[in-house]
Amino acid sequence: MIETPHVDWFALSPTLALLGAAGVSLMIAVLLPAWMRRGAAATVAFAGFVTAAVLAGFVFDGSAAPESLISESMTRDRLAALTQVILAVTGAVVVLVAWAERRRVGHGEYYALLATAGAGMVFFVGAGNLLTLFLGLEWFSLCLYVLVAFDTDRASSLEAGLKYLIVGGFGSAVLLFGSALVYGATGELGFSGIADAALADDTFLLAGLAMIIAGLAFKVSAAPFHMWTPDVYEGSPTSITAFMSAATKTAAMVVTLRLLVTAFPDQSDVWTIAIAVLACISLAWGNLAALAQRDVKRLLAYSSISHAGFLLIAVSAASERGTEALLYYLVPYSAMSVGAFAVVAARERELGHAVTLESLAGFGWERPLHGVALWVFMLGFAGFPLTGGMFGKLFVFSAAYDAGDWWLVLVGVAATAVSLAYYLNVVRWLYMRSGAELRLAPAGGSPPRDPALATAVGACVAVTVGSFFVVQPILDLAADAAASLPF
Amino acid sequence: MLTTLLILVPVAGALLVALLPLPRTATAGLAFLVALMEVGIWIVAASQFDFDDGSLQLGTSHEWVESLGISYTVGFYGFSLWLAGATTIVFAAAIGYALWVGRDRARAYHALMLFLTGAVIATFAAQDLLLFYVSFEAMLIPLYVLVGVWGGTRRLAATLTLVVYTMAGSLLMLASVVAFGVTQGTFSLVDSGTSDNVWIFLGFAVAFAIKAPLFPFHGWLPLAYREAPVEVAAVLSAIISKTAIYGFLRIGLPKFPEPVDDLTVLVLVLAGAGLVYGSVLAFRAPDLRGIVAYSSMAQMGLIVLGVFALNDLGIDGAVLQSVAHALVSATMFLLVGMVERRCGTGELDALGGLARGRPALATVLMATGIIALAVPGSATFAGEFLIMAGVYGEGWGYAAIVALGIVLAAMYTLRLISAVLHVRPGRAVRDEALDLRPGELALVLPLVACLLVLSAWPALVSESAFPGDRPAQVIAEGFR
Repeated sequence: MIETPHVDWFALSPTLALLGAAGVSLMIAVLLPAWMRRGAAATVAFAGFVTAAVLAGFVFDGSAAPESLISESMTRDRLAALTQVILAVTGAVVVLVAWAERRRVGHGEYYALLATAGAGMVFFVGAGNLLTLFLGLEWFSLCLYVLVAFDTDRASSLEAGLKYLIVGGFGSAVLLFGSALVYGATGELGFSGIADAALADDTFLLAGLAMIIAGLAFKVSAAPFHMWTPDVYEGSPTSITAFMSAATKTAAMVVTLRLLVTAFPDQSDVWTIAIAVLACISLAWGNLAALAQRDVKRLLAYSSISHAGFLLIAVSAASERGTEALLYYLVPYSAMSVGAFAVVAARERELGHAVTLESLAGFGWERPLHGVALWVFMLGFAGFPLTGGMFGKLFVFSAAYDAGDWWLVLVGVAATAVSLAYYLNVVRWLYMRSGAELRLAPAGGSPPRDPALATAVGACVAVTVGSFFVVQPILDLAADAAASLPF
Repeated sequence: MLTTLLILVPVAGALLVALLPLPRTATAGLAFLVALMEVGIWIVAASQFDFDDGSLQLGTSHEWVESLGISYTVGFYGFSLWLAGATTIVFAAAIGYALWVGRDRARAYHALMLFLTGAVIATFAAQDLLLFYVSFEAMLIPLYVLVGVWGGTRRLAATLTLVVYTMAGSLLMLASVVAFGVTQGTFSLVDSGTSDNVWIFLGFAVAFAIKAPLFPFHGWLPLAYREAPVEVAAVLSAIISKTAIYGFLRIGLPKFPEPVDDLTVLVLVLAGAGLVYGSVLAFRAPDLRGIVAYSSMAQMGLIVLGVFALNDLGIDGAVLQSVAHALVSATMFLLVGMVERRCGTGELDALGGLARGRPALATVLMATGIIALAVPGSATFAGEFLIMAGVYGEGWGYAAIVALGIVLAAMYTLRLISAVLHVRPGRAVRDEALDLRPGELALVLPLVACLLVLSAWPALVSESAFPGDRPAQVIAEGFR
């Protein structure tokens, strides 16, 4: 009889809920008649994400002290639980966005893959050693590769899938190689084991660390590892773009922070600089490239690269304050991201083709809810007051200033100044130019009724604005989560 | 409590106006009512205000972000109460003007105007650095759309320069806010101490200098003032520029005494240069808005000279002049709008001879102009005299510059008056062009009346701006 380790099923319950939802969705694809599949699968996926969020909330409540699970392969702590809540809620909102997507076949499979990707991310953020880290990463990445290419009747979707597969595969390979080097240098896989066994200036270990950072930087789409981002964001089904821009980034950011802080505390003088440099490159590249974009999804892709830069500033602070800033920032950021892509999706369905800045002309007056929402999201991305984006930036800057990196504050401020040009340009197209002036063909007809998407947009606006007024409660949760990291 | 009411009433009004599906005139009327209510609330606030008490009054405080020491703390001191009063009056006139001319997309327009009112009042009331930043920035959100949607033909260029300039300043201020707040451990303006960091001060100073605008940060001014809807230009030059003065008086001077000492000469020289340069540009401007816009820049230079005189006379004069200029500038811009509506242009070449047969317009424009050029006995004369006397303490050269500015003000104002009212009738002036209508008179006459009251009794503002009329001491003690 082989002795099995004790498994804390409660800690794994969010993952299991999502896997269950995925299984049921697949069954629906087979067993139910075609006309019921879309509604049933979406409902199940939505329920799965909501259940996962609730369960993760309970795990958060019940994990005051961090624990290692299953021979140190997983961690049960508040950092993971809080991130899981963010991820699961994001997933639920994405289901609402995806609801009315035009698709003839594959509804069951679509939601099954979405739920599985969510399960992978939820698993990923609890990773406690390099193997589970890699496992989680591949788990959600494989689902996303398929989802990106899901619109098989669109060449751009297939192209995006292929690009993501190749570049993502390369990133994973780099991460795996780095993990192997770290294992070679320390003989340990668990994060805390690596920290105990590592010598501070072991070249082998540092090479491994560099490759792990590079591998994770692919996932957070930080420059210079971002080349896939614009093409993939542009080609994917817009609901998947929304999911990737919010959830993938959230998961990968938190795992990056956890890995660096728990496994490499003695090398922090090296990796804080490396992360700060990545942040600066992302801010510069993302913002400057966004200036030249006409396609809104590409523009938002570059904007997400620049936001990776802001989030990395918080990581590079390597402090409790930085962790709080990161977790706070992720809340409005996820809402703004999903919301902005949801509005783009709505416009896309109206027009039947990709949304460029020109095709937003006068949109704000035609569709007041979506117009105001997109306006709010753009202001939020730019860090204007009355949106949580402002406090996100403020906390990130104060964490950097607190850590002595005042130059990062200046870089962030300069990047924000540049970003205004393209965020406000979107507002300008929404309100200050009319379709008639540009002689665009009118979209025609009444706006398609899509209450699910409208609800999603409304929820995102509520979170974006709400997180500006209700700061302290979110910050308290973030502080609880930050306490589970060893600073 | 009253302060919060002053902030929330227009914001709630904005939501109401935006959401209620009323026809255009009803929407505008509702917005005007809210603006008048705001004036009423301010009058109640002023009647409860004890001008001899130096502490924060009518205030409230709520925790916002405890872990960083950020709170929602608002309230008024004497000088900020006067600035808020000017705000409510000018906004009521501006919204009334928009009602009169019937701006299209009324729900969006009036919602944004009311929101802007709330943001400006919040800026004047903020006693927390972050709240100040929030309201200072929040002003830009409606302004951007107001200029960009309802502005003239070059509105897109105007919004771009406006946003680039002001946001560059605001973001520098954000960096300074972070640095100041994190170092002090609190963002409260009441609790925090002073800082001797020149860089942090410069972040604030540049933001204020752009907002004012001070020479050489005025690049956004000509386009924005020319392309904005005329009542928005009025609000910009009359009120929003004064947030910079509030910033200097409440944050710059009390929180950064040493950097202020080090940089006084620099600021005084730039302000003096701005005064002369703005006046000359106003004298050379080919159109009405150009004259009023550049004169506004010159006046801001003058007011900053008063602030940085760093003595009782100068600061009293600066506050008085801020209030007086707010009223003068708003009246002037509204009158410019009325002339433009009649003639279809503001080019001076095409105007002239409007006085004949239009006594109301001639009288009001003449009266406002005479006050604007600081004729002895007017409120602006009192303000400018106090500033001149104050800045004399820093050196007679500055006082000479102020005197030069006053002379130039007379030149450009008289040029404006004669180009509009006198000389031969211009080609754009048709005989059918009406005199001021009762509705228009109802908007400008209260503003002129306020100016006349201030002219008769300038001490109403200048002596009650600071308790015991000792501004320099109050500021040096950090308003404690």
